[in-house]
Amino acid sequence: MRADQLDKNEYFYGHKACAGCGGSLAVRAALKVLGERSIAVLPAGCMSAVGFNFPQLCFGNNAIISMFAGTASMLTGVEAGMRRRGYKDFHAVGLAGDGGTADIGIQALSGAIDRGDDILYICYDNEAYMNTGIQKSGLTPYGARTTTTPAGRNIRGNIRPKKNMFEIVAAHDIPYAATATVGYINDFIDKVEKASKIRGTKFIHVIAPCPTGWGIPVSDTIEVAREMADCGLWYLAEYENGKFTLDRDPGEFKSAEAHLRRQGRFKHLTDEDIDLIIKSRDEKWEKIRREWK
Amino acid sequence: MRRFLSGDEAFAEGVRLAAPEVISAYPITPQTVVVEKLSEMVEDGSLDAEYIHVESEHSALSCAIGASAAGVRTFTATSSQGLLYMAEGLVYASGGRFPIVMMNADRSTALPWNIYGDQRDSLALLDTGWIQAYAENAQEALDMALMAYRIAEDSRVSTPFMVNLDGFILTHTYETVDIPDEEQARAFLPPYETENRFDFDSPKNIGFSAGPETNYIFKYKEHAAFERAVGVIEESERSFAGIFGRKYSGLIDTYLTDDADYIIVTLGTIAGLCRDVADKLRSQGIKAGVIRLRYVRPFPGKEIAAAVGSAKAIAVLEKDISFGNAGTVYTNVAAALQWAGVTAPVYNFIGGLGGKDISSDDVRRIYDDTAKGTDRVTFIGIEGDAQ
Repeated sequence: MRADQLDKNEYFYGHKACAGCGGSLAVRAALKVLGERSIAVLPAGCMSAVGFNFPQLCFGNNAIISMFAGTASMLTGVEAGMRRRGYKDFHAVGLAGDGGTADIGIQALSGAIDRGDDILYICYDNEAYMNTGIQKSGLTPYGARTTTTPAGRNIRGNIRPKKNMFEIVAAHDIPYAATATVGYINDFIDKVEKASKIRGTKFIHVIAPCPTGWGIPVSDTIEVAREMADCGLWYLAEYENGKFTLDRDPGEFKSAEAHLRRQGRFKHLTDEDIDLIIKSRDEKWEKIRREWK
Repeated sequence: MRRFLSGDEAFAEGVRLAAPEVISAYPITPQTVVVEKLSEMVEDGSLDAEYIHVESEHSALSCAIGASAAGVRTFTATSSQGLLYMAEGLVYASGGRFPIVMMNADRSTALPWNIYGDQRDSLALLDTGWIQAYAENAQEALDMALMAYRIAEDSRVSTPFMVNLDGFILTHTYETVDIPDEEQARAFLPPYETENRFDFDSPKNIGFSAGPETNYIFKYKEHAAFERAVGVIEESERSFAGIFGRKYSGLIDTYLTDDADYIIVTLGTIAGLCRDVADKLRSQGIKAGVIRLRYVRPFPGKEIAAAVGSAKAIAVLEKDISFGNAGTVYTNVAAALQWAGVTAPVYNFIGGLGGKDISSDDVRRIYDDTAKGTDRVTFIGIEGDAQ
């Protein structure tokens, strides 16, 4: 399905997300794919903060804010409850940020996958706690400056690599997991559509740049998101039937250095820092190309 | 049908009769028997419910909230640290007006680690917007399971309901219990109907943010629901008596209070011992009485004041302490009596912490000290050097 073939109805409309927000694009597109018979569960985070301000409620479908740690567990209850009411053709979809997924929500997510609950969990990853003002999360990449990983003389931003959420989820033997980016929105849409047709727990990890947090112009969201995959700092892959598949090999990478240098959050990085990031990227891709055919 | 059951087992029977459609369960001593029994009922088909093995208490309540938002009857149970781990969900459930019923096995809270019964877990969470009831025996526990759903789900109330059973003393002791039949239960408890649920024909955003302009209105509505709950509790008990033939006395249960000079106000299983001691004191010419709080939220302030009447002194005996002040039940009772213009002194006795036995001698001493006058707060068993 192409973006221009999507449902013309809007299910996330009138919200107050910032200009250039990648997360709101992911939510908007996902709900267009899933349609009106979906129930969206959003924990504390950007998308709930911008969409659920009484009396201006921005979800055209059924929706609820969950506890921060409780996206997946609430989805479990919603799915079970609606099924008990006799509904079969609906989607219980979670739309959680990176902190809500990889940090505080990972236990509930693991529990839901373990139970095999019939839910779709989408993590829109803007790589920090953006709603609270850009603090480091488990999905903040190495080197990034956030308001809790300042770039100073002694420490140059975040000293830990991005948590490997996709493979952590896959290790549960989940029926379907995928990575995506709003930079390749058609790919994301396809994956949401595919996930919506699979029974059991599904997980999609979509990169969603935050111009404010990343220090990029609001007009560059899509370009930067695309470039991140093209330069190998993100990858588009799936896990299905116990197998990893790489969906897109960019072949020769675009310049990772240029990609990093254009973002304010990486401005402080030295040449050595960037070499380290490239080295770690190359190691990752060696494994991906070897194992995820 | 009469059966010999523990408090936990009796409560599980009550839940079976209430027929929740989604049960989220995570084990913790001394609640465990309840979730075990329910899993057996689901397995043998005597209870048709989705039984969800959540991975934590936080998820247990989160899952129950999700299912309640989907519009079905839900149940969960916990105790102690588990209840505290749920604390965030407690305010969530009440603020969302989800009439979830939860059993809490009242148990001490760490540190020091302790699995035995006191009421510090639930009383620490009085302000979370849940109705809180305290059962005294297994029959009352079973009956409260049914009544909890009826009261919580009443559209005038729409408030979650926590039924508390003293850990071990009630959860694990056996007594003969009358189990109503399913037809009676259905007559008492109608199916759950609500507009506070997802709807594909008319989609709803159920949980949301409300800023300073409107937030207080939502909070006032929660408070007002508790005031209405008092009448709904009365109604439910009348209906219950009509169908099952067992009568309950509303927010409080009084014993020999009409002409009492000295009254112990307490809650939970210890009330039985207090009544025994009151009997003995009466035989010696001392006019002793007992008030047992069946509900702590809504708080029976007026009812306590009326029952206290012109008593000369009042003791509040509880298995709880709010460090740096007094027991929480005490501060609630004292405030209610002050408001009602009762000028008799009110003393606080803290006992039973971490499962420490409260003996009949202890209770007799409470009456003695109350008659003579004592410190505002007394820790039973702590004297002189122990301090």
